[in-house]
Amino acid sequence: MDAVAVEERAAALAKRSIKKQAKVAGLRLAVAMMDLTTLEGKDTPGKVRALCNKARWPLETDASIGPCAAICVYPNFVTVARRALEGSGVKVASVATAFPSGQSPLAVKLDDVRRAVDFGADEIDMVIDRGAMLAGDYGKVFDEIAKTKEACGAAHLKVILETGELGSYDVVRKASEIGIAAGGDFIKTSTGKIQPAATPPVTLVMLEAIRDHYYATGRKIGMKPAGGVRTAKQALHYLVLVKETLGDAWLTPDLFRFGASALLNDVLMQLEKERTGSYQASEDFSKD
Amino acid sequence: MSRQMTKAPPSAPEGPREAGEEPRLVFGDAWDYAPAPESPDHVTIAPRYDLFIGGAWRAPRSGRYFDTIDPASEAKLSEVAEANAADVDDAVRAARAAYETTWSKMKGSERAKYIFRVARAIQEKARELAIVESMDGGKPIKESRDVDVPLAAAHFFYHAGWADKLDYAFHGRRPRPLGVAGQIIPWNFPLLMAAWKIAPALACGNTVVLKPAETTPLTALLLARIVEEAELPPGVVNVVTGAGETGAALAGHPGVDKIAFTGSTEIGKRIQKALAGTRKRLTLELGGKAANIVFADAPIDQAVEGIVNGIYFNQGHVCCAGSRLLVEESVHDLVVRKLRDRVATLRLGDPLDKNTDVGAINSKAQLDKIRQLVEAGEAEGGERYSSSCALPQKGYWFPPTFFTGVSQSSRIAREEVFGPVLTVLTFRTPDEALEKANNTMYGLSAGVWTDKGAKIFWMAQRLKAGVVWGNTYNKFDPSSPFGGYKESGFGREGGRQGLSAYVELDG
Repeated sequence: MDAVAVEERAAALAKRSIKKQAKVAGLRLAVAMMDLTTLEGKDTPGKVRALCNKARWPLETDASIGPCAAICVYPNFVTVARRALEGSGVKVASVATAFPSGQSPLAVKLDDVRRAVDFGADEIDMVIDRGAMLAGDYGKVFDEIAKTKEACGAAHLKVILETGELGSYDVVRKASEIGIAAGGDFIKTSTGKIQPAATPPVTLVMLEAIRDHYYATGRKIGMKPAGGVRTAKQALHYLVLVKETLGDAWLTPDLFRFGASALLNDVLMQLEKERTGSYQASEDFSKD
Repeated sequence: MSRQMTKAPPSAPEGPREAGEEPRLVFGDAWDYAPAPESPDHVTIAPRYDLFIGGAWRAPRSGRYFDTIDPASEAKLSEVAEANAADVDDAVRAARAAYETTWSKMKGSERAKYIFRVARAIQEKARELAIVESMDGGKPIKESRDVDVPLAAAHFFYHAGWADKLDYAFHGRRPRPLGVAGQIIPWNFPLLMAAWKIAPALACGNTVVLKPAETTPLTALLLARIVEEAELPPGVVNVVTGAGETGAALAGHPGVDKIAFTGSTEIGKRIQKALAGTRKRLTLELGGKAANIVFADAPIDQAVEGIVNGIYFNQGHVCCAGSRLLVEESVHDLVVRKLRDRVATLRLGDPLDKNTDVGAINSKAQLDKIRQLVEAGEAEGGERYSSSCALPQKGYWFPPTFFTGVSQSSRIAREEVFGPVLTVLTFRTPDEALEKANNTMYGLSAGVWTDKGAKIFWMAQRLKAGVVWGNTYNKFDPSSPFGGYKESGFGREGGRQGLSAYVELDG
């Protein structure tokens, strides 16, 4: 990877001017691609239920917007979320594998995964062993992902690389290749617990890994930038990256997700602004 | 590493694929960008422009005006004075008078103030200049906005800084100005080339007569307005518009001390012949057929960006364009596949749309030349790939194109197309890459793509090219000298080296 050129390309695509109907269509798509996330020690069933409702009906005044793709919670809240989302089509994603550090024995991590799946998770967001990655123990990284995939059964697997800890685009690229080869359905940038989280250049590097895998095998891997995507404008920039790197086929929640919490209301505010012509106060949007 | 691949997951449905058929990416309109045009409403283009001579706007003695059009729509933008030999004579006299009475006698620190003032005015009028540049020349607004205009300002800033430090530029030798510089510039970077020429000349204490290209005179005339508003002494900068005859009158004028020309090799040779035996100094910046060399160990995705930038930037109307792609044979198919997909994402159309990547061809004549060479490429058996993008009905357009299966002997691999047309050649070893890269009458620029630093240096030392870019392409900076080997010309522009074209050294 050439870092200068990667950053230049990502910055060039940030200059795309997305206006009017393109902006509305892009933002609607962004809502449908969102994994609405809460991953805090202070999470409660009430908080998770509120978030589930927000995912089902993001804008109470406009039923045509949403629903979001998924909500993303700790394993302890999968059952609550599952019940709250009954019949909505919104998926339940659970982090697992001793999220966020992953610094536990493999047996514990796999048990974490199996329990989350038993609770009813449709999707598992795992973390790779960054220590093994940086130590050059790629076999260990690969095997853990492959075993996690097995433990997932029918659940989709998103492989979190935690790019903010990997140090260079070269390592991000290699981790992407391992995550894909070991059976990940999605590769994901970050836990949201480490800065920097998702950035456009790191996302571009991962999209390029996905593209090369598609060229070689015809298999489509999904992408999820997570953490750090807070504004509608940033979300549109990510969609531009996807559109101009992987093309039309990836512009779907099946293959692209945003992991975010604050992003949704900014997107809704922009959508309302496009509809009414003026900005509304942030108090006009439900904060869940 | 255990390589047990888990079975394809349900979230990644694979379409039915014919055996042996490559998976293809689709760059369609699943989510299309709405038009985002830069509005030309607040830009005023006068219906007619006179000549700028001796600090005043004057009707041409020829009495004639010619149209300048928008190549994207063929609509007339304005009409511009055609300077004849008598007009050129007036301009040279005005420049001589300004040189003798004020400019050559002024302290460098005072000259610097004027040049700084021009630089700042370019920044203040950046939006207007960018819009007019795109309308008159056809280049995408994102390029005129992000490249041409900022770099033009940067050249004035840079050279303003030199004006009072010239005594330190030549290792103790004292520089004196030459006198009147006649400067003839091309249509591909109209404002930027004017800046490249005028800024160092003024910094060194010369006065100038500038002749812009006949298809793109407007931004040079707007620059003359800026010079006027910056209150430069009358005659320090003069602008005479016209075509080849005007340029010939300027090059042939006995009152000119130096000619600086950027343009085609053919005209450059004619000027050099005309100047033989005269006292005039000459610098030429002419054509190119640059090799962009991609080794197998290069960061391929980034190299593809560099290939695209190298040849499709400004519709390929770039003398240093990377028009010959030399790719190591082992990665040829991969690079071509990625290039094809990347070309499919290029957006061709309205130069004023902020999302346009490829604008209009500058003129009908240039479009005809491109078509002719592409036909020759097909006739010689090259395999042509052109973007399937829709071309607008009016105006001059050519889709981004590349040829594979081309050999060194093909016309399309030897002649400068000066359009969005790339030829792809292969090599097996660094020696072969070097031999093929240097196997041209040109020598303006080259690009090298590899992850090995040592290989870049090995190549850069041996490439006969004035500029060699490593893992990048088409990067410009006022402090970096630019110019050619062989039939790409002589003399350098930019940097300390560029100053020497505008001074006489004592001792």
